[in-house]
Amino acid sequence: MFRDRVNWFALFFLIIGSIVILFPLYLTISVALKTPQELGQSVLSLPTGFHFENFIKAAKMTNYWRSFKNSFIITFGAVSLTLLTNSMVAYAIARNLDKKFFKFLYYYFISAMFIPFPIIMLPIVKQTSKMGIDNQWGLIFLYVVYGLAFNIFLYVGYIKSIPRSLEEAAIIDGCGVWTLFWKIIFPLMAPINATVAILSTLWVWNDFMLPLVILSEREDMTLPLVQFVFQSQFSTDYNLAFASYLMVMLPLIFVYLVAQKWIISGVLRGSIKQ
Amino acid sequence: MNKKFSRTYLYMTIPALALFFIFHTYPAIKGVFYSFTNWRGYGSYDFVGLKNYFNLFKDGRALDAYLFTFKFAIVSTILTNIISLAFAIALNTKIVIRKTLRAIYFLPNVLSILIVAFIFNFIFTHLLTNFGTAANIEVLTRNILGQPDLAWVGVMVVAVWQKSAFTTLIYLSGLQTIPQNLYEASSIDGANSWQNFLHITFPLIAPFFTINIVLAMKDFLMVFDHIMGLTGGGPGRATESISLLIYRGGFQGGEFAYQSANAVLYFVVITIVSFIQIKYLQKREVEL
Repeated sequence: MFRDRVNWFALFFLIIGSIVILFPLYLTISVALKTPQELGQSVLSLPTGFHFENFIKAAKMTNYWRSFKNSFIITFGAVSLTLLTNSMVAYAIARNLDKKFFKFLYYYFISAMFIPFPIIMLPIVKQTSKMGIDNQWGLIFLYVVYGLAFNIFLYVGYIKSIPRSLEEAAIIDGCGVWTLFWKIIFPLMAPINATVAILSTLWVWNDFMLPLVILSEREDMTLPLVQFVFQSQFSTDYNLAFASYLMVMLPLIFVYLVAQKWIISGVLRGSIKQ
Repeated sequence: MNKKFSRTYLYMTIPALALFFIFHTYPAIKGVFYSFTNWRGYGSYDFVGLKNYFNLFKDGRALDAYLFTFKFAIVSTILTNIISLAFAIALNTKIVIRKTLRAIYFLPNVLSILIVAFIFNFIFTHLLTNFGTAANIEVLTRNILGQPDLAWVGVMVVAVWQKSAFTTLIYLSGLQTIPQNLYEASSIDGANSWQNFLHITFPLIAPFFTINIVLAMKDFLMVFDHIMGLTGGGPGRATESISLLIYRGGFQGGEFAYQSANAVLYFVVITIVSFIQIKYLQKREVEL
């Protein structure tokens, strides 16, 4: 009976929680749109006008479009390559788990999930700079390779649920493994591909540590890294700083608003598997 | 035919295996290798055996980093799970605008932790101190991030704020697997809400509890971005986490080999903690 009524107490509790969640974002938007004088009078009040010049100034100062381009290329490159390669590797493993070698591969990749990054961090930095890939291309490459551990786990679990009878029929028709994978299996993997794409995008776009240690040139820097580098230069110019932060978060917030339903179900599919 | 097939499967996997070995396993092995030397990151080096490891146990800075990281991780994991479970239960009741609320609660998960930390840095430095002065609360009149014994609380607030988004979602999906008729049956038996929670809800979401505790703890033990955006490890070294110490000492302090040993120790510690958690929590799942 209790459950049939609208639960006002729960709603009240949740609205308090929402305020706690939305407050920092409100603050960011409102500070980003104010002038320093307005900020001096009151931090929390609504901005009186829309001072978009903060955004223009901040974009110029941090060279926003260059780092946006870097972040975009790295995220787009890493995510598309991850989808194309990791799914294929996982397919070969999933269909041969009865063989010793592939079983070993499966556990080899998965056990890497337990190795914390700091143990690799110091040597990989030496290695990438020696190989001359301490740039965006090296980063894309590292994300694709490091993603294998978790993605193989997700993909193999999913591929197991695809019945083999489809493939057997195709083989009788004279279809090779490559054609079989790209024409029949890959399209069937759409839901898990979406999950991998979402999780990889969130990871790569927001990642700070790997770009921090790998990238050596200023012009290669990603959006979060640039904010870190400029932290001291913003000093007390909070309007500029917050305009800049907002511009870093907006692309993903926008994607989230549009695709919220898919993102939530994608993340769920990825984590319940664990 | 069959042979041609198995060869294609090999072509599909061998490049990935080779690359993964070169860029993941090989550096990891190298890290372990250097941990037995006295390399500073450049120049020549000698083998020193286990000396780095012995020194780690005598190193006050390393000990402080481990103590801080564990204190932070344990408290944050507990708080994240309590708060998330409460929100998830509320989100699972019959309420209006439920979809919108769910979308709001998951939003922090798509934001960069570093940027969130910068924003909270401003909140702690300006808003909270203003509030403390106005409300006459002595502790809050000074920036908590500047106080050695309170700065970790600031890091914790950011960590819990951000992580709860993900944890709440997992709990919510767990709650939705519980059949409603169980509650109907227990309400006929005269059970109250608290009894329902204790005897139905909590036991049935045990697997989700395990996922959340293990994932949150693992993430918090690796804490790095939060600290870079809030305190930079300060004041002094009050909020220097293990990751931060390895990063600083390894790249800037000329302690490449020594921090490699620290990273190996860190790996062992994380593995043991995860293992114990999974073992203990799964045993609990079975018993329930």
